[in-house]
Amino acid sequence: MVVDYAALKKGGFMRQKQKDHFSLRLKVVGGELEVAQLQAVAEVAEKYGRGSVHLTARQGVEIPFIKLADVEKVKDALAAKGVFTGVCGPRVRTVTACQGNAICPSGCIDTYALARQISERYFGRELPHKFKFGVTGCRNNCLKAEENDLGVKGVYRLSWSGEVCTLCGVCVKACREKAVSVRENTLTIDEKRCNNCGRCAKTCPTGAWKGEPGYLLSFGGTFGNRIAQGRQILPPLKDTITFFRVADAALDFFDKHGKPEDRFLAAIERAGWGVFEETILAEVRHAC
Amino acid sequence: MPAERMADFRPDAAADVTDVVCPVTFVKALAALDELEDGRILEIRLNDGEAARNVPLSLKDEGHQVLRLTDNGDGTCALLVRKVSACPVE
Ligand code: SF4
Ligand code: SF4
Ligand code: SF4
Repeated sequence: MVVDYAALKKGGFMRQKQKDHFSLRLKVVGGELEVAQLQAVAEVAEKYGRGSVHLTARQGVEIPFIKLADVEKVKDALAAKGVFTGVCGPRVRTVTACQGNAICPSGCIDTYALARQISERYFGRELPHKFKFGVTGCRNNCLKAEENDLGVKGVYRLSWSGEVCTLCGVCVKACREKAVSVRENTLTIDEKRCNNCGRCAKTCPTGAWKGEPGYLLSFGGTFGNRIAQGRQILPPLKDTITFFRVADAALDFFDKHGKPEDRFLAAIERAGWGVFEETILAEVRHAC
Repeated sequence: MPAERMADFRPDAAADVTDVVCPVTFVKALAALDELEDGRILEIRLNDGEAARNVPLSLKDEGHQVLRLTDNGDGTCALLVRKVSACPVE
């Protein structure tokens, strides 16, 4: 039998060291799976694998010890229950996310919704090299946004109204950056210290603080052979429409400037950070 | 100016959660509120730092009315909170 390894790999079949065995990578978005999907995974692992799964570092699930001869049967059995194979190789990978504001009290943005949108738009898109998106709901950064080629971090864009503030002192303590203080019967906000974490607005009992979701992006993170933290080059974006304009531009930039085997960071460096920043800023200006 | 700004709230009961750490601070505060009638005010003594940063938000999310947080100047804070019972579910 002639084996098309490239096609196999595109479909998430990772060659194992054991001859003719593959670890099958599944598509998971934002680390969320329905119970019915988990049951299908369990059945396949039992019937075609060795009765176990591996949870990957990026919220994925792999079923090891799938035999080459069973590949099509396994794909069909999973697809029937809404489980699809993941991708490997030079394309947009699993989109990761923390639970965000749908579940977590600290969340500033709806990470699940955004992860699903990102996945629908880009998952599997071919690029010079692998490309990772990660979405974290707030400054606590449980999802480690800056490890990703394009990381998203939820923040709040804030306003404060003295009309309803009771000077209760709660936000003064809630602020880790010591940006808020009560002085002479009013609240003082040091905007230079403020990092838009949103804790003041979350915790304010009177609604004096208003917080609107903001999307803080980081570009060029990589945590493989080379380790580098993604860079923030923009103020928080105000909506997901602007986000997708920027993300489209970033992927097009990667296509244009990346050579095969360049990670996104290498492509940015090849063209120069200045050129990249100009490209991205042009999109943001256009959106305003 | 909101009336609460100058108000002198008088607590009906007190609780001290400076001897425990997260998440027991919140649990202990909730237990103390549980003992109170709706509308009564509890004064909670908590450690400055993590507890002072987080307990007010947790109580707010539970539906209680946070009134004031004062620094006692000795590494602890005083949190005044009014008990608000959950609306009865039909
Ligand atoms: S990053 Fe923020 S929103 Fe996400 S799980 Fe952590 S604390 Fe919650
Ligand atoms: S957003 Fe965060 S850093 Fe800024 S004032 Fe509010 S609590 Fe402080
Ligand atoms: S938490 Fe709200 S009401 Fe209290 S001091 Fe801050 S802004 Fe004013």
